[in-house]
Amino acid sequence: MPKAQTYILNMGPQHPSTHGVLQVVLELDGEKIIKAVPQMGYLHRGIEKLAESRTYPQFIPYTDRLDYVSAMGNNLGYCQTVEKLMQIEVPERAQYLRVIMAELNRIASHLLFMSSLAIDLGATTAMIYGFRDREDILDLFDMVSGARLTYNYIRIGGVMADVPVEFVPAVQRFLDKFPAMMAEYENILMGNEILQARLKNIAVLSGEQALAFGLTGPLLRASGVDYDIRKIEPYGIYDRFDFSVPLGKTGDNFDRYVVRMQEMTESVKIIQQAIDQLPTGEVMAKVPKLIKPPAGDVYHRIENSRGELGYYIVSDGTPKPYRVHVRRPSFINLQMLDKVCRGLMIADAVAVLAVLDPLMGEVDC
Amino acid sequence: MNDIVSLNMAMEWLRGLLAGWLPGAFWVDLAMALVGVAAIFGVISGAAVVFVYVERKICGYMQVRIGPNRVGPFGLLQTTADMIKLMSKEDIIPCGADKWAWILAPILLFIPAAGVYAVFPFDNQAIFADVNIGVFYVVALSSQATLPFFMAGWASNSKYALIGGMRTAAQMISYEVPMVFAILAIVMMAGSMRISDIVAVQQQGVWFICLQPLAFVLYVITATAEINRAPFNLVEAESELVAGPFTEYTGMRWALFYLSEYANLLAVSAIAATLFLGGWAGPWLPGWAWFFLKIGFMVYLFLWISWTFPRFRIDHMMAFGWKVLLPLALGNIMLTGIGIYIFKTLN
Amino acid sequence: MNNQWINSERLQALQLKLPEQLEIAVDGVQAAVVTEPPALPALMEELKYGADWQFSMLSSLTAVDYKTYFMVVYHLYSPALRQGIVVKCRCERENPRVPSVTRWWPAEFQEREVYDLLGVFFTGHGDLRRILMPDDYSGHPLRKDFQAPARAEKR
Repeated sequence: MPKAQTYILNMGPQHPSTHGVLQVVLELDGEKIIKAVPQMGYLHRGIEKLAESRTYPQFIPYTDRLDYVSAMGNNLGYCQTVEKLMQIEVPERAQYLRVIMAELNRIASHLLFMSSLAIDLGATTAMIYGFRDREDILDLFDMVSGARLTYNYIRIGGVMADVPVEFVPAVQRFLDKFPAMMAEYENILMGNEILQARLKNIAVLSGEQALAFGLTGPLLRASGVDYDIRKIEPYGIYDRFDFSVPLGKTGDNFDRYVVRMQEMTESVKIIQQAIDQLPTGEVMAKVPKLIKPPAGDVYHRIENSRGELGYYIVSDGTPKPYRVHVRRPSFINLQMLDKVCRGLMIADAVAVLAVLDPLMGEVDC
Repeated sequence: MNDIVSLNMAMEWLRGLLAGWLPGAFWVDLAMALVGVAAIFGVISGAAVVFVYVERKICGYMQVRIGPNRVGPFGLLQTTADMIKLMSKEDIIPCGADKWAWILAPILLFIPAAGVYAVFPFDNQAIFADVNIGVFYVVALSSQATLPFFMAGWASNSKYALIGGMRTAAQMISYEVPMVFAILAIVMMAGSMRISDIVAVQQQGVWFICLQPLAFVLYVITATAEINRAPFNLVEAESELVAGPFTEYTGMRWALFYLSEYANLLAVSAIAATLFLGGWAGPWLPGWAWFFLKIGFMVYLFLWISWTFPRFRIDHMMAFGWKVLLPLALGNIMLTGIGIYIFKTLN
Repeated sequence: MNNQWINSERLQALQLKLPEQLEIAVDGVQAAVVTEPPALPALMEELKYGADWQFSMLSSLTAVDYKTYFMVVYHLYSPALRQGIVVKCRCERENPRVPSVTRWWPAEFQEREVYDLLGVFFTGHGDLRRILMPDDYSGHPLRKDFQAPARAEKR
């Protein structure tokens, strides 16, 4: 009498849709998942250890490479932590520029999320549309910092250099054509029935369950929990801007997707207000040439595209940090993968990974 | 103009030429048959080469990018370059693979893909074999395509391939049923399974797409599933199963599989053009020109659908096929029957 | 920037409630309450469920190697009361064992990371194994006395 047995299927680390080098060991019964265990560490580069042998400014490019898709946010978190430790006051113009860069980066990151979700579900055309529009943002960053992906633009005490004259009009042009872009994405993706059938009512998590998994960021807000660090514990000058925090209703994959799309619209509002209020002035505070924070430790967190990004720095009074720890949102968000995928099918596991939006540079540090 | 350049004329001319050289009528028939076979293979190969390029260009333009434009003027030699590359690859057979099943799978896939061309009406009386069960022959032969996918999936000794093979078997068998019922409606309208009869009926009346729009829609959907194109390409879902049952194939074997896919695409387009769009019939232009124009339109339709939609999940796909398409197809048959009866009673 | 992280005056109220082995450290920008592993569960229970505290979210869990001892650092946050707190747990270096906080907060991966990179053993975790380094790796890279192995000859 033949009996059915489960088998192990190894997804990754080389796989078209594991968002980098993530290995997920699936135990399957036919097409149903019994267990999904993520194995991380393929991109572990020892960044926290490296921090101990670099000076504070030398570490900023390393932060770029953590969540390399939203590098401005990483820079911002680290620099604000050091500024907190040294009690540095950042000039107004630099604060506004930082907000503009961080929000533009949030939009770019969510566009990448949308594109990879589209291609994981088979809609190749939508992926190309997302990348095409992300090119505009990358061109803006190129104009400002000379790089498209890892900027090293936000520095301790301000920003690297003032923006060129053509930057603000270029940003305004981008903001003006943004509504048309969103309408196109609505047509080709959000309104598509196949996509909705693939995402709706899959992997539903209530607010309490999401908190019990330690989720932060859009994943938590998709389950209806109103937790956005820009509102709850505003950093920089975020308390001066008028924007709302989109929340999801059902906590399924479709909400996780829609929340990020709506966040892009909110970011556009913030950028518009920032451009309108942009003052003239210095872009870098008077910081000593050798950054030597006083001994002590500090923890600071920001709301990055994937969740709560925190930096814990222990200083011993020397120019090099004693310990740097990065609280990485993708790393902690991955805790939900196993429990959520049980009972789903392989195709759904791919969709869950896509809406989880992990970035392996950040997961592995 | 029709008579001057029709395929029929060309065939008659060739037959006359051969009769001059060869001893008996039997040898002339044999020679004509071989010429026909060569012509069909030529059409398939040529079409595959053209359609690979056309697809890449069209999908490129739909995605706001250019597509191949390096190899040759406008990238026209891209397919040639790909073929040369594939032919020069090392022939690898995975260790632990079921050797003969693995080797035979792409060959067995190509045979039905090519075999259905025998009953296509390229022009007035230019059908290789005008059997009086033409439609039945097409349906029966194209359903054989399921087995080689499954063979490839099983014989590859790889879990990804196996899952792909299982999905194929489920999908292709499920979607054949509504497809056959959609075609059955056409057979009922024409009163015969012979392909040339179906074309003749459309020539005298209107194209069947006007009389059987539901059958046309059903046919397009089920044909997309049969040729494993998006939104039904979960068989070879690149982002889940890498390449499905054909993951372990490389080089010429993979090229053969790819060629069969395009031959299949052309075949279902030709069937649609014959059954719904009137075959080779049309004014001014010679028959074969109309035939290829209609095929081109159908191919474009399939490509357009393929590049716009995301992919189905397997249980959605099965539910859709069995719970939506099949009742629609059966309902269509019933309405057709009632319609024919009323039509006959009134006349 | 408003400072929602609890300052030393309020921490003294906590010390009054749970006096055993609780110190307050004021060096650094954020004051912290320092304890030892045996007193940790009671403290965490109070911090999670106490009416004045209600720290329902674990923001960060990490550890620092101070050469003669380890310090496991917890950053807790209360969305309800809009306040944060820094808890440090000082443990010995030879056999570092700290009670796991997975009972109160979702700290599975973060505790595994500390175990992997620093060698702190969390009792009661349930699935404590390496997460970033390969499973058969020996050594804890983030320790201050860690010597990276000399590169092996190319085989």
